[in-house]
Amino acid sequence: MTVHLHEKGVFTWNEWAEALSVEVHKPGRAEDGSDYFDCWVAALSGLLVAKGVADADTILALQQSWQRAAEATPHGQRILLENDPLR
Amino acid sequence: MSEDHHHDHQHHHDNRYSDMQARVRALETVLTEKGLIDPGAIDAIVETYETKIGPRNGAHVVAKAWSDPDFAEWLKRDATAAIASLGYAGRQGEHMRAVFNTPDTHNLVVCTLCSCYPWSVLGLPPVWYKAPAYRSRAVIDPRGVLAEFGLTLPETRKIRVWDSTAELRYLVIPERPEGTDGMSEEALAKLVSRDSMIGTAIAGMQP
Repeated sequence: MTVHLHEKGVFTWNEWAEALSVEVHKPGRAEDGSDYFDCWVAALSGLLVAKGVADADTILALQQSWQRAAEATPHGQRILLENDPLR
Repeated sequence: MSEDHHHDHQHHHDNRYSDMQARVRALETVLTEKGLIDPGAIDAIVETYETKIGPRNGAHVVAKAWSDPDFAEWLKRDATAAIASLGYAGRQGEHMRAVFNTPDTHNLVVCTLCSCYPWSVLGLPPVWYKAPAYRSRAVIDPRGVLAEFGLTLPETRKIRVWDSTAELRYLVIPERPEGTDGMSEEALAKLVSRDSMIGTAIAGMQP
């Protein structure tokens, strides 16, 4: 996903490396790097907000919507955003 | 995000997304709505890296270096250009450096910060390359890590560890196995595994 966005010109590779590096080195991050994926997601979210591609509220609202959709989806069926009862 | 990933975390309870899983889905949704990604394009990219690009490109580079001393010399001097001459250019504009194994020195590549990897010649990085254990231990105890990969080097052989960055990626050029004189480039390339170009194996070693 990150590589694809880079190719679309949404951000440069250095901007991405810098955003990821900031997240990885934030205080409170796990020393063994076990939260690397969290860093990756935080870096990508932050960069998209900084670039004006998405705003933080929209991302958070969608995140909560996906969680409600997941809980409303019967087990074994594909989770779709439309399954969110509040949507 | 692959479907497998979601399944791994769903267990046999009700469907539930962790904050992180839901955040990834949210990002996918935003980007799809903006027309910045389409899920099919992501799959196509992954597929390309797994099958077309893959480590075969790197094996071609190594086999050519073994067969053609001029190319090997060029590779040592300017790996970015030598590799690009075979049609393998980096997607992120990164520079390449080829590090040659010798009877005295074995080379091992890691990215301690994240998972920078020479995609254009090796395809997608293996899961262990991105794992915290490899990223930290390759630097602290390279000999121990190699032993876990089944590679025991003589005590006298030095191990150099190269830490990749966003701008500079490394490709290990393993030593040409003995008894391969007169083999064609194509046959030689088959002896070059992905791991031998990261440095966790040697060429011609049984996987």
